[in-house]
Amino acid sequence: MEAVNALVLLGNYVIVPGLAYGSQLGLSALGVTLIYGVLRFSNFAHGDTMAFGAMIALLVTWLLQSMEISIAPLPTALLALPVAIAGTALLVLAFDYGVYRHFRRVKASPVVFVIASTGVMFVMQGLIRFIVGPNDRNLADGSRFIVRARDFKDAFGLNEGLAIKASQVLTLGITIVLVLWLFWFLHRTKTGKAMRAYADNEDLARLSGISPQTVVMLAWTLTAALATTAGVLYGLDKTFKPLIYFHLLLPTFAAAIVGGLGNPLGALAGGFIVAFSEIGITYAYKRFLVYILPESMEPAGLVQLLSTEYKFAVSFFILVVVLLVRPTGIFAGRSA
Amino acid sequence: MSYLVAKDLVGGYGDTTILHGCSLTADCGRISVIVGPNGAGKSTAMKAILGLVKVTAGSVVLGGKNLDGLSPQARVRRGMAIVPQVENVFPSLTVQENLEMGAYLRRDPINDTLEEIYELFPVLADMRLKTAGNLSGGQRQQLAVGRALMTKPTTVLLDEPTAGVAPIVIATLFDMIIRVAERNIAILMCEQNASQALAIADVGFVLVQGRNRHTGSGPELLANPEVRRSFLGG
Repeated sequence: MEAVNALVLLGNYVIVPGLAYGSQLGLSALGVTLIYGVLRFSNFAHGDTMAFGAMIALLVTWLLQSMEISIAPLPTALLALPVAIAGTALLVLAFDYGVYRHFRRVKASPVVFVIASTGVMFVMQGLIRFIVGPNDRNLADGSRFIVRARDFKDAFGLNEGLAIKASQVLTLGITIVLVLWLFWFLHRTKTGKAMRAYADNEDLARLSGISPQTVVMLAWTLTAALATTAGVLYGLDKTFKPLIYFHLLLPTFAAAIVGGLGNPLGALAGGFIVAFSEIGITYAYKRFLVYILPESMEPAGLVQLLSTEYKFAVSFFILVVVLLVRPTGIFAGRSA
Repeated sequence: MSYLVAKDLVGGYGDTTILHGCSLTADCGRISVIVGPNGAGKSTAMKAILGLVKVTAGSVVLGGKNLDGLSPQARVRRGMAIVPQVENVFPSLTVQENLEMGAYLRRDPINDTLEEIYELFPVLADMRLKTAGNLSGGQRQQLAVGRALMTKPTTVLLDEPTAGVAPIVIATLFDMIIRVAERNIAILMCEQNASQALAIADVGFVLVQGRNRHTGSGPELLANPEVRRSFLGG
């Protein structure tokens, strides 16, 4: 029974949140990796693309709530998601038209693109603060829990409860559907294959008649969809706060680089690696150990490797180690 | 008149002029070979014909139609295909996907062409689900040629098809080029392996510093003492 309690405890505080956070990071990293594969630069505005998408979802949610339209028990934000994706896609396409297209034309080096994307990032941040301000907003409505900790405890007669939030299940479900669709698109459709071909060998793709303009626009649209979905799911799971999305940039890049930049499967795996490292290292294992160790060996401290305030250090550490040891990532993407 | 006629081409990269009025031809079902020392402008001439290099004078006529001013993509649509020297496949795509991308511009069903290519290059048929990055040098060249043939071109330009390929495979590759020409396709290729290439050439062009130095059938050029001494190593 002690072992079961320990397992439930770990499930509640590490595994379930890790799966949800990993999915969100994975989706986000997929967007980064797509842009890197097709346009060959690291898009620093990606965090704020997520924030922008989540912001539109928030605004549309408010509108729908005021009109008393709901799809309860599902959160209203889900209904707003398509509108948010479309809006974000328009914005990133506008930035591509106004900023990146120029640098493609003059064949600027990747570092120029990165700096330009940093500029775009600041503009986006300003835009978001201008529209909804910097504060915390609640994106979630509908039913909050699918399994409540107390119900779980009562049902199984355990000391520990397992809580599963609706947002966590939604995150996992939507991620699975979106990722399956993305891989189907990239590997089974002519347009998807053309996109991979363009990422592989731009000159030969042009000679084969693949239009660079189409591929670039498609990459931005897909990225907007992935970023917005990741942003909305994160907002539903935690909270909508513009600065948080900017902070997600570091784990997102850690995930994309661990998996190998330009490699979609790697980005997804990277998301889970970073999420579980972050949560696993900042979790206090004391109660877990109390269950599985004999009483005499009960730990005195919290058995927490790193305080949660330092969770970003985990991503940073992963990033540095991967770049030093294996710059192409574990799934051999392009060198970062 | 030949099917493909490039006449008095002048051009190069930026301010550097590499081609100083060179002329090349190719005929359906025949193999034209360009040889010459390094820097003679062999590759540049091929790129000029495809429209990848800016031409300041001269003209390119394909099947009686003038191609001047057209983009490379437009020339591909008119029946030209090129096999670049390097980076001529999509390494992370499978063999089959590479061929499909070759036919990207086609709107009609491509299955028949695919089967033809697999018949022409049986080794590709065995590897159709392997990624191109895992092919050997010779297999990769075959895939590159197969990819170019997917548009059902009338003319194929080959930029040094045997560069970086194991010597033992070179004969196989030349054999394959003959088989492609037998499908009534005009072949224009440039080659470092001059004597081997001239042996299969219907027409040979010796370029020096962007100008035609010698022109003749393959055997003629091989027999020419000056060509032998200067370019074929005796």
